[in-house]
Amino acid sequence: MVMNSDQKIVHPFWLRTFHWINLVAVILLILSGWRIYNASPIFAFTFPKEITLGGWLGGALLWHFAAMWLLFFNGLLYLFLNTVTGRFKARFFPIRFGDVFSELTAAFKGKLAHDDLSEYNAVQKLAYLFAVVFIVLLVLSGLVVWKSVQFPLLRELMGGYDNARIVHFFAMSALVAFTAVHVMMVALVPKTLLMMIRGR
Amino acid sequence: MKNRLDKSIIIQEALKELPSPSRRLLMKRAVTLGGLSLLTGCAVTDEKSAENMLMKISMLNDDVQAWLFDPNKLAPTYPESMMTKPFPFNAFYGPEDIPEIDEEDYQLEVSGLVADKHSWTLAELRKLPQTSQVTRHICVEGWSAIGKWGGVTFATFLNHIGADLSAKYVGFKCEDDYYTSIDMPTALHAQTLLTLTYDGQTLPPEYGYPMKLRMPTKLGYKNPKHIVAIFVTNTYPGGYWEDKGYNWFGGS
Ligand code: HEM
Repeated sequence: MVMNSDQKIVHPFWLRTFHWINLVAVILLILSGWRIYNASPIFAFTFPKEITLGGWLGGALLWHFAAMWLLFFNGLLYLFLNTVTGRFKARFFPIRFGDVFSELTAAFKGKLAHDDLSEYNAVQKLAYLFAVVFIVLLVLSGLVVWKSVQFPLLRELMGGYDNARIVHFFAMSALVAFTAVHVMMVALVPKTLLMMIRGR
Repeated sequence: MKNRLDKSIIIQEALKELPSPSRRLLMKRAVTLGGLSLLTGCAVTDEKSAENMLMKISMLNDDVQAWLFDPNKLAPTYPESMMTKPFPFNAFYGPEDIPEIDEEDYQLEVSGLVADKHSWTLAELRKLPQTSQVTRHICVEGWSAIGKWGGVTFATFLNHIGADLSAKYVGFKCEDDYYTSIDMPTALHAQTLLTLTYDGQTLPPEYGYPMKLRMPTKLGYKNPKHIVAIFVTNTYPGGYWEDKGYNWFGGS
């Protein structure tokens, strides 16, 4: 087992590249997005200026509309390569929901099973798929907020322009929550970080 | 392509001509990461190159939006019962500075690539065919509000003045020193109106008396109020907010 995860390339080079580019894009988008949100808050709070990017609304928009291409093309290529190489199927399926439950209870008891790091456990599979789905939702709701006239079908699916803003906000919140838990888990099993950097 | 070249030359010039202190300041803030300077890579700590890169991408986004823009796609319209009341006042100054314009003294100047350069009185404009629509105004800040504007379809007006419809830009100068410009396809869009009324009444001062160009396919800052001059041109005219860093196309 240990041999296995030490020698074999677990994460191909392209996947690692996508992962770290995605991280940069997500950080830029979230921090500039918070500044944009502050210009016209949906809820009764704003984000502290110190943790936002862009300085003023115009600057934040410049960052946001630049980083969105990074997220978009990076994500598109990630989905494309995962599909054509068959990695998606091999890595993420099947997800046994019984395992999700038993792994979660074990985790809450402080027992993280991490003897074989070359495969994702069921909770990881589910969490990563959720992250992918939320990024897709962020892009789609973002398209409606950006170009509500040009994408009428998407707009109606999101429940109109104002509602698309709320969808966009909640997809962002879900992604932030995912990232927080994700980074916590990586901190608990630092070996995985090494794997995500050098592949094995 | 040519369009982009034009603009990039202008932006280059604008960047060279740095004594524009407000723009410098705004851009400087744009590339300063609040308390998160740790996250800045080398490209980002170099303010000048970061702002150049961001402006270039913004210009690419203009092209993408021009390409996405479907002249036949209409913005949604709403029943009058859905109008936002009161419709918000919004400008780069407070309500106390709304320009006071007298109908007697008012003339709309027309210039540039047009056949007929005579100035228009409000009475003349009111004689052109009038139409109205209830649409959603979307502000760059994110909020939106529904209102009812009436006036002359802008394409009708452009045809009346014999505008060169193959020109790239239509520019606007306003009584409050605001200025902006739009692309010709948007100028010719069926819902682009030179509005003279709001909710059936003469356009009140806070909404842009005597006239506002209303485009439900563009963000609020692209919709000039208190217009005093309209010109058709192939030279990129920029805009008040656009020159400070807002995206020029600004479409939705
Ligand atoms: C400092 C921030 C981050 C660190 C240190 C980090 C680290 C890692 C590591 C070590 C793995 C591999 C886990 C394993 O092999 O068991 C991984 C996978 C993954 N991470 Fe992150 N990550 C970060 C941020 C993010 C963000 C912001 C997202 C998305 C919003 C994300 C999405 C993913 C996804 C989807 C996978 C699975 C990729 C695949 O196998 O296709 N990560 N991350």
